[in-house]
Amino acid sequence: MSSVLAVLEPGGEAATALYIVAFSLFIIGIKQGTHPTTAKRGNLIAAFGMAIAVITTLLLDGIGNWGVMIGALLVGSAIGMVASIRVQMTEMPQMVALYNGVGGGAVALIAWSEIRHGISHGDGMPLEILIPVLFAAVVGSVSFWGSNIAFAKLQDLIPTKPLAVPGQQVINALLLIGIVAACTVTAINHDDPSQGLFIAILLAAALLGNLVVLPIGGADMPVVISLLNAFTGLSAAAAGFALDNVALIVAGTLVGSSGTILTLEMATAMNRSVANILFAGFGGAPSGGGGGTGEERPHVSIGAQDAAIKLAYADTVTIVPGYGLAVAQAQHAIKEVADALEQRGVTVNYAIHPVAGRMPGHMNVLLAEADVPYEQLKEMEEINPEMPRTDVAVVVGANDVTNPAAKNDPDSPIAGMPIIEVSEANEVIVIKRSLSPGFAGIDNDLFYEPNTSMLFADAKQAAADIAAEIANL
Amino acid sequence: MDLMTKITIFVLAVFVGFEVISKVPTTLHTPLMSQTNAIHGIVMLGGLIVVGYADDGLEYAIGAIAIAFGAINIVGGFMVTDRMLGMFSKKPKPKPEADGKGGGR
Repeated sequence: MSSVLAVLEPGGEAATALYIVAFSLFIIGIKQGTHPTTAKRGNLIAAFGMAIAVITTLLLDGIGNWGVMIGALLVGSAIGMVASIRVQMTEMPQMVALYNGVGGGAVALIAWSEIRHGISHGDGMPLEILIPVLFAAVVGSVSFWGSNIAFAKLQDLIPTKPLAVPGQQVINALLLIGIVAACTVTAINHDDPSQGLFIAILLAAALLGNLVVLPIGGADMPVVISLLNAFTGLSAAAAGFALDNVALIVAGTLVGSSGTILTLEMATAMNRSVANILFAGFGGAPSGGGGGTGEERPHVSIGAQDAAIKLAYADTVTIVPGYGLAVAQAQHAIKEVADALEQRGVTVNYAIHPVAGRMPGHMNVLLAEADVPYEQLKEMEEINPEMPRTDVAVVVGANDVTNPAAKNDPDSPIAGMPIIEVSEANEVIVIKRSLSPGFAGIDNDLFYEPNTSMLFADAKQAAADIAAEIANL
Repeated sequence: MDLMTKITIFVLAVFVGFEVISKVPTTLHTPLMSQTNAIHGIVMLGGLIVVGYADDGLEYAIGAIAIAFGAINIVGGFMVTDRMLGMFSKKPKPKPEADGKGGGR
């Protein structure tokens, strides 16, 4: 039981003071994370706060079992380290989903262990402990499974299209009612809570997490991940209530409230409400001509040389990058095209849709990686009024965010979603591997408009070819 | 800590979270989400407390997995955020083709 290092009394002044230092650093870290110039430092400050919180806990009096603690800590750290070094920039969103999921899983496991502790010591649990434990268990479990589904969808392990199950809403509602009922029963019997019932609650919450996220289409996934991030934060705060740990309460709550704001901002950027995303799925049944398989619509197809000529003799070119650019790792090749055009005196801008890529800001990260000057990145509101004066808009691997149906067709599943209005430009070149629909699973009318030319190729290869052709002109 | 103290802390933290985050440029949304994601990895402390005071085998196992999960969340979260933000730092001179991996798929 005793350890030479164990010096801090749990809940004592020294431990609490160190926890206060830790969560103050979190607040400063988040604050600095909201400004481009200080963001990197902010992240380090928060990480430093985390180190203080962990070391403080390790030094608590009576803490033992060092082998298991350090072993598990090292294994987890190694996995996290390797994963974050290996992950490609394009896969960041699903990586965040996965990290969020394991966090939620940890909360659920801690809640389970607290219940077991309460039962094995025979004296039951006071409600002020039991209720947060139940909350942490349910939300942690939902977050774990929901995040894993989000990860699997973004990683293309399961179809990104909305999976509609008949009676979905009813099943979810019944599950939720069942969970609340079981929690209530557990709370009433708090002198002798049943572990079997608790495990049933965990499993029901797991099922709920799966069922809620499965029907959501890939395009809405960033908002879902952000929401689950906020949930995990709240569940961590609940665990802090149960464990009497001020660092957990403050840090978890901070993530819960700041995550909620971020979620709302993302949803606003897509002109969707969070409730709509969670309960409606994307587009529901692909009714009518939406599917787009089989039916052939006329379109214009061109090669790299034609594209190069169109671009080289334009005055203004706007590049609209999308997730396809990220997947093909084409950001450097596109930058070369832009450089070649600028040498010829063409004005080049990049139009960034708020959710270009798979998360807000994702595309900015990728283009910054390719040294694209910050001033050339134009946000949607800024570039749309310029579109009618743009000679050529080049859409690279973007799809749904350019679909004029969002504006023109009130029946479209993406009706009302803000788009980059490329069809207003004099000419549009779409670089894409095929005519296949995008994330939302619907056909893009843009491809069939008379001023649109399709260049069917891998984005990176196409950009390299175009750059070479421009050099030859 | 008594319950009302904890609730006071909770409510104040809610407002701090709201205040601290407002007005974020879109560019920083993903890194910021990733950073707050790393911060909730603090649940690992719960795992440490569980294992630190554990007295049966299953409790060790549950706690150990919770610690490992939390550590992945913390270390992975902060490192990935750092990588994302590294893209924004001013580079001295454009070095030729930083990524070397090429390929894609």
